[in-house]
Amino acid sequence: MTTLPVLLTPGKAALSRPSGDGWRDLFGGGALGVVLAALGISILAGNAHAAPSLGGSPGVLAILLKWAPLVFQGFLFNLLVSVLSMLAGTGLGLWLGLGRVSQLQVLRRVSGAVIQFFRNAPWLVLLFYCMFLLPFSVSLPFGTVPLPDAAKAVIGLSLPVMANVAEIVRGGVQSIPLEQWESGEALAFSRRQILWMVILPQCLRRMIPPWMNLYAILTMSTTLISVVGIQDSMTLARAALVAEGRTELFIPMYLMLLSWFFLYCYPIARGTAALERGFRVRI
Amino acid sequence: MQTEPAALVVLSRVEKRFADTVVLRDISFSVARGKSVCIIGPSGSGKSTLLRCVNALVPASSGSIKIDGIEVNDPALDKIALRRKVGMVFQQYNLFPHRTALQNVMMAPIHVLKQDRHEVEARARRLLAKVGLAEKERAYPGELSGGQQQRVAIARSLAMNPLVMLFDEVTAALDPETKKEVLVTIRELAEDGMTCMIVTHEMGFAREVADHVYFTEKGVIVEHGPPGELLARPREERTRAFLNQVL
Repeated sequence: MTTLPVLLTPGKAALSRPSGDGWRDLFGGGALGVVLAALGISILAGNAHAAPSLGGSPGVLAILLKWAPLVFQGFLFNLLVSVLSMLAGTGLGLWLGLGRVSQLQVLRRVSGAVIQFFRNAPWLVLLFYCMFLLPFSVSLPFGTVPLPDAAKAVIGLSLPVMANVAEIVRGGVQSIPLEQWESGEALAFSRRQILWMVILPQCLRRMIPPWMNLYAILTMSTTLISVVGIQDSMTLARAALVAEGRTELFIPMYLMLLSWFFLYCYPIARGTAALERGFRVRI
Repeated sequence: MQTEPAALVVLSRVEKRFADTVVLRDISFSVARGKSVCIIGPSGSGKSTLLRCVNALVPASSGSIKIDGIEVNDPALDKIALRRKVGMVFQQYNLFPHRTALQNVMMAPIHVLKQDRHEVEARARRLLAKVGLAEKERAYPGELSGGQQQRVAIARSLAMNPLVMLFDEVTAALDPETKKEVLVTIRELAEDGMTCMIVTHEMGFAREVADHVYFTEKGVIVEHGPPGELLARPREERTRAFLNQVL
């Protein structure tokens, strides 16, 4: 099997080829180096800046390490929010995307409008609406379920995810040639059977890379929830800075947080690229 | 003239229009059980559309198509029930690429006819052996040649035990070598008594396999007759012109 060279963008092809040395590939050798170097320099610079005024006080690194466990808990909370939003958004988005390719015109139209609305609305605006418009609790047949802020935030983030997943599903379904539908029909399969047994299994592989890409974007966007008053890693980092009251901590503190997100998201981006290479047209 | 056995497929005055274009006009013919007909004619003469009308992939605009008593051109048609009786093989094979050859053959009987998996598997193996691909049951369509894929497609269609098989230019995408293996498979089928409607550009094949040949042009049947007569001594000028071109 050969990959058609004409289908590769000349520059990009060379750039995205893995060099073959394990963890450097996965964690992006150069880029990670830059982040860590910046973190190191900011710590040293912070120490140098603080030295004259504060004689016996602890260094920047020591303070960072003191706060790291707390901020890291916040970071884990961000990841939890990202996973829950992704699950909810994917579940809803699958059905919305199937609605978009339905045979019922009404369903197609409505799904299309919902997708366009949530794809083109700023995430933060959607978050605000969810935080302030959703009730504190919902009454269900079996009792009243409280709706904490974190749950509202998950709902708020899952809406744009839903719309983007729907678009991925629609694109996937439409990428399968119509002849596959036809041959399914000729074998007396129902439309639903063709969709679930013939079409979706074929587009699943094609949908995974954009879906992973979306997840990486979502993970980084979870820091938006700090704006609407939820205690995530950003909030905790700011609280730590306020408690220490030292300006030289500002840059290293956020760089530390940034490096965690980077370490989490970069492998996902690399994995996505690797999968996409695998799906390139083969002859 | 021999006595006609009961007709399995009866078309009368079938017409098909796409917007303002008339694709089929006043098509009437019948195919008796166990017989094979070939439909020949220049590209764009509506041959494929005709086959697609027969299994309701495309609705006919007017006229009547009856298959084993089922009226196809009926808004209340149970398409699933119809398609259980009508198998179709396409020019581009259209196998399911994510399933192996054996799975391709087994899918419809298991999920549409709800037949027992073990029984279906045994039958699918027999069918693959019949089309000469017993050793390829684990291969995915992408690993098979065009001719092999087409033979799997034939086996897949046969697994539904159809009453009639439609072949839509099934060798048009194949090279001469692989063409032959597919044509032999179809000929054996016809000889075994399968009712076949075959759209083809292979005149030699039509002569061998068909009980009756229809020549269509611009959506109408220009002329029809037994292959020996129509292909050797066409009465119509248009038929003669077409045969001169392809032979």
